[in-house]
Amino acid sequence: MSGLSVIVKTVARIVAGFIFLYGGYIIVHGHLTPGGGFAGGVIVAASFILLVLAFGAAEIKEKTSYIVSSIFESLGGVMFLLVALLGLFSGVFFFTNVLPKGTPLKVLSAGIIPLCNIAIGIKVGAGLLSIFLALAASHYILKE
Amino acid sequence: MVELYLLSIAMLAAAIVAIEIKDLLASAVAMGIVGFSVSIMFILVQAPDLAIVQIVVEVMTVIFFAAVILRTTHTDTTIGKGIKTESIFPVVTFFIFGTLFIVLAIYALKDLPVFGSPVMKVANYYIENGLNHTGAANIIAAIILDYRGYDTFGEAVVLFTSVLGVLSIMRMKGKK
Repeated sequence: MSGLSVIVKTVARIVAGFIFLYGGYIIVHGHLTPGGGFAGGVIVAASFILLVLAFGAAEIKEKTSYIVSSIFESLGGVMFLLVALLGLFSGVFFFTNVLPKGTPLKVLSAGIIPLCNIAIGIKVGAGLLSIFLALAASHYILKE
Repeated sequence: MVELYLLSIAMLAAAIVAIEIKDLLASAVAMGIVGFSVSIMFILVQAPDLAIVQIVVEVMTVIFFAAVILRTTHTDTTIGKGIKTESIFPVVTFFIFGTLFIVLAIYALKDLPVFGSPVMKVANYYIENGLNHTGAANIIAAIILDYRGYDTFGEAVVLFTSVLGVLSIMRMKGKK
C-alpha cells in the first residue's frame, strides 16, 4: 500500500489527533457514560490505522512501531492483572474494589473501575494496532 | 418491533450476498452491512454501550478485510465450482448438526420470557445496588468490571491469545 493523495494526507494528519483524543475520552469516562475500555481502545487504534492507511505502510519501515505496539499490548494486560491482584494483596478477594468509591458522576470515582478501563484500553488499542500492522503492513515492516 | 424484523431480513440478504458474490471486496462490504445492522438493532433496543462497541469493531473489521484483500487477491475462485466429492461428508455433517441444533434451540427457547419483559432477578439486584456498591454511574461498567470482573479478564486473555497467534503466524511468513 502506497500513500494516498495530498488531500487525504493533510486531512488525516489533522483529524488523527482528535480521534485519539476522543478514544481517550471514551476510555477515561467509561464508568460514567456509554463506552469503556474496549470501545475507546478500538477508537485509539483507529487513529493510528488512519495514519498508516493515509501515508502508506511503506512509511513505517522500521520495525519499532510493530514491536512497541506489541509491548504496549502486554503492558496493558499486566496492568489489568495487577489491578485485579490489588484486591487479593489487600486481604480480600481477587478483583475486589478496594480503592475509595468517591462521589458518583465524578471522573475520579468508582475505585478500580477507571484503572481497569485504562488497562483494557491500552491492551485493546495496542493489540488491534499490532494485528493490523501484522496483516496489512508486515510485508514492509519485516522485510530485512 | 417491525424494524428489527426488517433489519433481520436485510442481514440475511447481505449474508447471502457475502457468501455468493465473486468480488471479495464487495463480500467484505456486505459483511459490514450485517455488522452495522446489528449495531442499529442495539440502538433500537436501547443498548448504547453495545452499539458503540459493535460499530467501532465493525469498522475495524471491514478495514482489516479491505487491507488484506488489497494486498492479496480480489476474486474468490471457489464460487460456481459445485460441491466436490471430498466435501460431501462435511456438508452432510453440517446439515445433521445444524438441524439438531435448531430443534434443540426451539425446544429450549420456548421457556424464555417474552421479548421486553424479562424476569430480572439478578439484574434487579445489580440495578438497585450497583451505584452504592461500586460508585460507577454507568451500570454496565459496574457489572463488567466489578461483579463480572473474571469474565472481562477472560476476554482480555482471549484477545491476548489471538494477537499472539496472528503475530506468530505473520512473523514466520515475514522472516521467510
